[in-house]
Amino acid sequence: MKIIVCVKQVPDTAAAMTVEDGVISWGDAQLIINPWDEYAVEAALNLVADQGGDVTALCLGKEGETEAIKHALAMGADTAVMVSDPALKGSDNVASSRVLAAAIQKIGEADLVLFGQQSVDTDTGLLPSQVARVLGWPSLTLVSKFESVSGDDGKIQVLRTMEEGGQVVDSSLPAVVSVTKDYAEPRYPSFMGIRKASKAEYPIWSLADLGIEAPTSSVSWPEVMEPEQREIVTEMLSGDTPEEMAQNLVDKLIAEKVL
Amino acid sequence: MTKKILAYIDHFQGKEQPSSWEGLGLASAIAGDSGGEAAALVLGDGVGNLAEAAVHYGADRVYLADDPILKDFRPEPLADAVKQAAESFQPDLILFPSTTRGRSLAGMAAIDLNTGVMVDVIALDWSGDEIIATRPIYAGKLLANLVCSSTPQIITFRTRAFDKPEPDSGRSGEVTKLDVSLDGGAVATSIVSIQEKEEGVSLSDASVIVSGGRGVALNPNLEAPGDLDEEAADIWKAEQGFALVKELADVLGAAVGASRAAVDAGYIPYDHQVGQTGKVVSPDLYVACGISGAIQHLAGMRSSKVIVAINKDADAPIFNFARFGLVGDMHAILPPLTEKIKTYLSS
Repeated sequence: MKIIVCVKQVPDTAAAMTVEDGVISWGDAQLIINPWDEYAVEAALNLVADQGGDVTALCLGKEGETEAIKHALAMGADTAVMVSDPALKGSDNVASSRVLAAAIQKIGEADLVLFGQQSVDTDTGLLPSQVARVLGWPSLTLVSKFESVSGDDGKIQVLRTMEEGGQVVDSSLPAVVSVTKDYAEPRYPSFMGIRKASKAEYPIWSLADLGIEAPTSSVSWPEVMEPEQREIVTEMLSGDTPEEMAQNLVDKLIAEKVL
Repeated sequence: MTKKILAYIDHFQGKEQPSSWEGLGLASAIAGDSGGEAAALVLGDGVGNLAEAAVHYGADRVYLADDPILKDFRPEPLADAVKQAAESFQPDLILFPSTTRGRSLAGMAAIDLNTGVMVDVIALDWSGDEIIATRPIYAGKLLANLVCSSTPQIITFRTRAFDKPEPDSGRSGEVTKLDVSLDGGAVATSIVSIQEKEEGVSLSDASVIVSGGRGVALNPNLEAPGDLDEEAADIWKAEQGFALVKELADVLGAAVGASRAAVDAGYIPYDHQVGQTGKVVSPDLYVACGISGAIQHLAGMRSSKVIVAINKDADAPIFNFARFGLVGDMHAILPPLTEKIKTYLSS
């Protein structure tokens, strides 16, 4: 089966984010593949190992944002496509989903499109549902388990997670799936994989290559800011015994009216 | 200008997600200020009771589609119904709770209605007729103000960010049956089974959270059974530690949270994880037990009103964010703490 896995480059989650002159900065933090996307790549690789086929990593981003694609290739993805165009600066999620959908159609013949559950920068988690909607394919978000997959029959059964538990869903293919962290621990790229990825060549498609105009973006972010640092006065509580420490805490919580 | 607001009522098998009422409260506040109309959108199978409740919680009108095709969560037919409701009511603003279902449907509605969507909104402000929506990004390390240039504007709001209105059973409102044309045969998915989680307080809705970190496995006075290998012994010890966390949580009516370190070590399932790659929470009281306070964890909980940290390491970063700190062994402190809180609450 043919699987496209969408990946994104983000700053390391350990980065302390700041705003300098109205612009987001992650200092000298490393740029990495969005950690959620690693689960999607892992799932894609396991599915083709089982079913045969190939995995294409697809990344929408600024030119030079190569970390996500390189990591996916190093993990074992067969090929990659980057979509990049200056006209996409400031795209909202609706515009991004239309561009990704166009790229998925240009790659063609996908049975499954996989996403991580969200990105750790904007945290919206919207693209899987939106790309599915644009394509007119079923959207299966927050999947923790593939119960059965048959590319030949065009069928899939997955376990989706929800606040209240899970639901097992049957769906036809092609479909869009977002994969959660419960799926399985993603593999580390092998030394050979990293070498292969560093030498890999892949196309960079512009909007003209996709045959579309820049889609309309309605949502913009005129302002980003650092949250107000609350003045927290930390009171360290002590006691000669754990009982005394516990009592001191209870007294404080009652005085603070949180109990 | 008068505003028409449509608030989506999220539910699981006819039982509402409590945050849905927060959206209705927001909808009626905005509609009331502008002399407009707050409508609720109730979609499902056998959900007439929710339509009635929506009126009590402030809806002037309820759009109701009660249809077997809308049973369980299948986004496609539900999104079709949202679209038809929006075309019929012509709202200026559609509100969804930031739940799994609310988020999916909001995203799809933005595609269907050719507009934009702003998610996880924690505050709304107005500049003339324009909404300015504030939302956390990078798991709350930063905030962004968003504007949307097209209508209807679509917003998902973070649970507990807006006040829940008091229900008034004396209120009356009009229930409009949505005449949706849905083709069940065309839906590409079917629900095979539903696995309900055991009852427990969910992290997103909780007003109190008790969380455990790596420290849960580090009880100095506990020996794991001799037949376990190192990893199994570690997990066994962690389970004993989390049992103490859970006992305190039960007494407080709290949800149980965990750090990524505890989840990655296999001490507790992922759905308890608080932080940048877990849930972002903002309870009234957050008790961190044996959690050092990595930046990813802090991002997910530092907006809690009162943070209590219990940690053996006096230099743990968590103490910088805590209102109250106890330097000591959580395994020794939690049992008497649980007892004393239990005694206080029952007095």
